[in-house]
Amino acid sequence: MRVLVKGAGVAGLTAAFELAARGAAVTVAEARQGLAGNASWMAGGMLAPWCERESAGQPVLDLGRDAADWWDAVLPGHVTRAGTLVLAMPRDVGELDRFASRTLGHRRVDEDEIALLEPDLAGRFRRGLFFPGEAHLDPRRAMATLHEKLAGSGVEFRFGMDAQHMMGFDREIDCTGMASRDERLRGVRGEMLILRAPDISLSRPVRLLHPRLPLYLAPRADHHFMAGATMIESLSTGPVTARSMMELLNGAYSVHPTFGEATIVETGVGVRPAFPDNLPRVQTSGKTIAVNGLYRHGFLLAPAMACRAAELVFEPDKPVELADETDGQRRSA
Amino acid sequence: MLELYGTKLPSRLLLGTAQYPSPAILADAVKASGASAVTVSLRREMAGGGRGGEKFWSLIQSLRLHVLPNTAGCHSVKEAVTTAKMAREIFGTNWIKLEVIGNHDTLQPDVFGLVEAARILCGDGFAVFPYTTDDLVVAERLLGMGCKVLMPWCAPIGSALGPVNVTALRSMRGHFPDVPLIVDAGIGRPSHAALVMELGFDAVLLNTAVARAAEPVGMARAFGKAVDAGREAYRSGLLEPRDVAVPSTPTIGQAVFQ
Repeated sequence: MRVLVKGAGVAGLTAAFELAARGAAVTVAEARQGLAGNASWMAGGMLAPWCERESAGQPVLDLGRDAADWWDAVLPGHVTRAGTLVLAMPRDVGELDRFASRTLGHRRVDEDEIALLEPDLAGRFRRGLFFPGEAHLDPRRAMATLHEKLAGSGVEFRFGMDAQHMMGFDREIDCTGMASRDERLRGVRGEMLILRAPDISLSRPVRLLHPRLPLYLAPRADHHFMAGATMIESLSTGPVTARSMMELLNGAYSVHPTFGEATIVETGVGVRPAFPDNLPRVQTSGKTIAVNGLYRHGFLLAPAMACRAAELVFEPDKPVELADETDGQRRSA
Repeated sequence: MLELYGTKLPSRLLLGTAQYPSPAILADAVKASGASAVTVSLRREMAGGGRGGEKFWSLIQSLRLHVLPNTAGCHSVKEAVTTAKMAREIFGTNWIKLEVIGNHDTLQPDVFGLVEAARILCGDGFAVFPYTTDDLVVAERLLGMGCKVLMPWCAPIGSALGPVNVTALRSMRGHFPDVPLIVDAGIGRPSHAALVMELGFDAVLLNTAVARAAEPVGMARAFGKAVDAGREAYRSGLLEPRDVAVPSTPTIGQAVFQ
């Protein structure tokens, strides 16, 4: 079985892994010259299905629940299982109650427990929510390692390649996100910053709730932090706006004023591909299977979607959930 | 029936389109509410001068309701006027919900900038729906500039406080008996919407209370009913409260004073 995977974002790489694991001869074609620059490259890397359930439909929790296990098994050492800490400034503590009432898998923490979890945040927040079952990884390291691993096991990578004219494959998996021509997709622009703040350490992603300007800080190696991410109904990939930058920095500064002394290592913009219900799809059309609509849940949902795409290739008669939109699924969202 | 700038609207509920969990839930909520008009923002989606938000805007247009574009996020007259002109081009409507924000934190309208922007836009043929405070003098000025609808807040945007100054709202209704008055911003619960409708307001515009509810579709339906209930109560003549008990069963033949 020769399979062409179009797109080397997280959906494409995980699909390539699942297909190769089932014995397919896989070629990955990526229009860009390398892994950098796609929507996955800008991701936060939070494996946080319980937190996401605050605004996402139940399928996101169902499909994402085992994501940390998948990444841990495929890329040992990449996943940090330290949970998620959700905080709010004193005047916004009502947001904590709202968040708590919409989610499961958390417990309330007070000032002392917050200090135990994140010593550098001691004394800054009186109340919070802790989601112990969640995890995170560094998306760029994970993609690079998965790429190496796949290449080492015989998966062929063709970068800078327009896959339109590549022939001779039994099946194609379209993981090109916004570049696919699905009319129902829309783009949701996300802007992010990478900060380096040598005076602070965090062990886990911290989410700061705010009625208008929510923010998360995802810790990366060597005191780097990703601050993200805006959600704007636009497919513009133009540079980060001053307002978004101010909001992200303001949020980071609210978590701890030491972020005022951080250096801004990078600003990034990505466009999340989303269907109208913000849920992902695996869709078959002829010999092509399209995996798309991962929205803000790329690393969380890609493993489950990759498994479903691979099942469609190797067990075409098995019924697959999320194969297409159903009203029932949408209502439950 | 409610008539705004010559357009008849079957429902007295107007809904905002921001902050929903997904466009699909937004569409279901709007349908459940029975709203006949929706507001949509474009200032931020236009960042960089592009039209990157077109996909979302076409989703809004596919709801087949009256679209009231807004100038949310504008802090100056110039920004608001530019955004209004873009909105007219994109949505093909001269309706504009005019917001000129004076304070980033409280989102309080800058009423001075608002009056100036209303003057420019009314002169340019726009049907201006100004988001304003409950100040009567500001309201007079807006009418003087050519506004034919007023949209006072009842509490700060997104606060869910409900009417914090019922007296001011009552007095506004009394001063402008013939101007369509729409309460915009601050509504948190269906009972708040019913209350302002009982005061005689013509319509209610809200967003956060529905969009951020646990079940936006159910909440939208509840608001639709509350707006209808408040309106019907107003038209049916509410009893004025009084200090003493009035038995609902007549007590003829008994000594009243003991």
